[in-house]
Amino acid sequence: MESRLHLPPERIARARELASRIVAPVQEFIDAHTTVTVERATLRLAGADGADADGVPVPNLVVDQVRDRLEEGALRFWVNALVRTGDDVAGLSRRVAGGFRLDGIPLADPVSLEAKAAELVSAASMRVRGNRRRREELLARYAGKNHSPLLYVIVATGNIHEDVKQARAAASQGADVVAVIRTTAQSLLDYVPFGATTEGFGGTYATQENFRIMRAALDEEVERLGRYVHLTNYASGLCMPEIAVMGALERLDMMLNDSMYGILFRDINMYRTFVDQKFSRMVNAWAGVVINTGEDNYLTTSDAVEKAYTVLASQFLNERFAEVAGLEPWQMGLGHAFEMDPALPDGFLLEVAQALMAREIFPEAPLKYMPPTKFMTGDVFRGVVQNALFNFASKLTGQGIHLLGMLTEAIHTPFMQDRYLALENAKYVMGSMASLGDEITFRPDGVVVRRANQVLEEAVAFLEKVEGTGLMDAIATGLFADVKRPRDGGKGLDGLRKKGEGYWNPFETHLTRELGLGGGR
Amino acid sequence: MTTPVRPYGDTLDDGAVQLSFTLPVPFGPRGREAARLLVEKLGFRHAEVVHSAPLAEGFSFYVAYGRTDVSVDFEAVRVEEATGEQVYTMDEACAVIREKLGRKLVVVGACTGFDAHTVGIDAIMNMKGYNHHYGLERYSEVEAHNLGAQVPNERLIDYAVSVNADAILVSQIVTQKDVHIRNLTELIELLEAKGLRERFVVCAGGTRIGNKLAVELGYDAGFGPGTYADHVATFVIERLVERAATRA
Repeated sequence: MESRLHLPPERIARARELASRIVAPVQEFIDAHTTVTVERATLRLAGADGADADGVPVPNLVVDQVRDRLEEGALRFWVNALVRTGDDVAGLSRRVAGGFRLDGIPLADPVSLEAKAAELVSAASMRVRGNRRRREELLARYAGKNHSPLLYVIVATGNIHEDVKQARAAASQGADVVAVIRTTAQSLLDYVPFGATTEGFGGTYATQENFRIMRAALDEEVERLGRYVHLTNYASGLCMPEIAVMGALERLDMMLNDSMYGILFRDINMYRTFVDQKFSRMVNAWAGVVINTGEDNYLTTSDAVEKAYTVLASQFLNERFAEVAGLEPWQMGLGHAFEMDPALPDGFLLEVAQALMAREIFPEAPLKYMPPTKFMTGDVFRGVVQNALFNFASKLTGQGIHLLGMLTEAIHTPFMQDRYLALENAKYVMGSMASLGDEITFRPDGVVVRRANQVLEEAVAFLEKVEGTGLMDAIATGLFADVKRPRDGGKGLDGLRKKGEGYWNPFETHLTRELGLGGGR
Repeated sequence: MTTPVRPYGDTLDDGAVQLSFTLPVPFGPRGREAARLLVEKLGFRHAEVVHSAPLAEGFSFYVAYGRTDVSVDFEAVRVEEATGEQVYTMDEACAVIREKLGRKLVVVGACTGFDAHTVGIDAIMNMKGYNHHYGLERYSEVEAHNLGAQVPNERLIDYAVSVNADAILVSQIVTQKDVHIRNLTELIELLEAKGLRERFVVCAGGTRIGNKLAVELGYDAGFGPGTYADHVATFVIERLVERAATRA
């Protein structure tokens, strides 16, 4: 498609080159390290599951037992115990939950360890490949039934069983994507709770059982409605890789997953996040999951006009971090948001310019477009109009994943009728002007074209600066999102380990090979 | 003298009210009649369901109008806002601080507990402010410290002590299951336990927090929707001036 915004290809290429240079040194650091949650994610892939009487998950129990030897990889101890005890994974999980220790068992010979590990890798692979195939079959069977962009709603009752009712209702009203919001505290927990949950604030816990319950309910809706319904959760916070694994095992379709969000907006340590996001993205890549990145957050904290370039710069970085983790362009739901002040003259033109700019720069990515939130006031009537304009901009510029704005944003978590009204709004607006985007060309010297070119130039200049400083120091000195995050600050640093010479992680090796990535061990 | 007021549609005292709601019953004539009866039972005359739609299996949506005879006596209405009619602009606030305090006003703000939504505290504190009302960071006579999200109450207090703050601002956006009440109460209890309650002007803010609730919880004031940095600054300045006067 020719550029309607007259964006110079060499400047886009320059931004990509800068992103690649910015990410490279971080990638070297990542490949030399592991974390407690990468190890726990690996154990989950190898079948470790359940929790002890105090609710401590089995993967945590194992990692805590071998905390001083994590540089070797926690999997060795798990596999060794399977070989030595003759237990299956469920049996060993129960035994560990009962207090059994894995760290004192003499190591079996390397050949039997490798053989056992190969068996576990193969079992996980079968399940994840099976999930991926099932999704592809369903999408093929119901091709053309989803909206474009995909209409995305959230459920956030704080009780998984109530969430199921809301999700079924939303699906029957036309939602293509349902995201189950997590409880607000979960991103800072260094474990993933076990089992179905009926509590939480602003959402309930992401647990594997909750994933399974929601997937089963939505699959029934898929059959009933003759339309695929995508399920989304959050591979973010201190357990990014583990949640990615749970999503892979239970066939989630999308994961909120950003390379820097945890650092900037949750004050999680940067080393920890960089290592965690890589493994989580490898798992997402393998499972055919579409990631949704969190650039909208830059605009809820800073001004959407002044800081538009930070969104584009972050998209380039997220793209590069995704690429080196094996994600294909169709899996990169790069984020942005419709957050300009409604009182700004020509604000809508600027929104269209930026949305179309993202579309042209990332032609294959299913861009994730976030609705107005910052200027939603409680005036539900104006809110409907703001959302209608957002819907208009999204369809006009060919976005991929469209999170529906709620008229009651800033008042309460959505009522069932709020979601219905949002879906009706989107279906009306997007249907009524479906082909308008194809009819429009923009004046080469007009507001829209000039704005898009300006933001691109500002993003390139910003990336030049970050490249000069180095990404980690750029974050430490507050170049992103107006916050300073020191290298050694933030949560979760004590869970970081340098990989030893003998680090053993056959799952990582398998993923590296499957995804055609260089490096790794 | 009493002044009864009723909702106004297009004629004084017509009492016209617009309603929308969901019923957990299937869409159809029975649901519609149930909705109308519900509106009547709420005390409305001329109850009329003007729109209904199926929402999902077993759920239906209604838009209704009705007229009410209920009124309130406007003369008798009293509000408990933190600030009165007079709210300082940024420049006025800075002038009053210079004149009456003779030093910078130190304000520490945070979004506490597990709440990760900084939109409220940012609206009050960030340079940029919100809706064309500059935030406290822009005030030349205010030293503003915004600690961001998910700050434990303990840390907030320690920080306020360390910078010798005049005022502590707490934002709470997440209100599900009244988590904000617990969080806000804990801060006051901690301050009291440490004997620090009187040392600071303590204010709460958020989408579901009003002055009345905040005062009930032991705060000096509360700031809900539609309030800006101007209101917070005005209140804090007036309270400090008041305290200085009583101590003098």
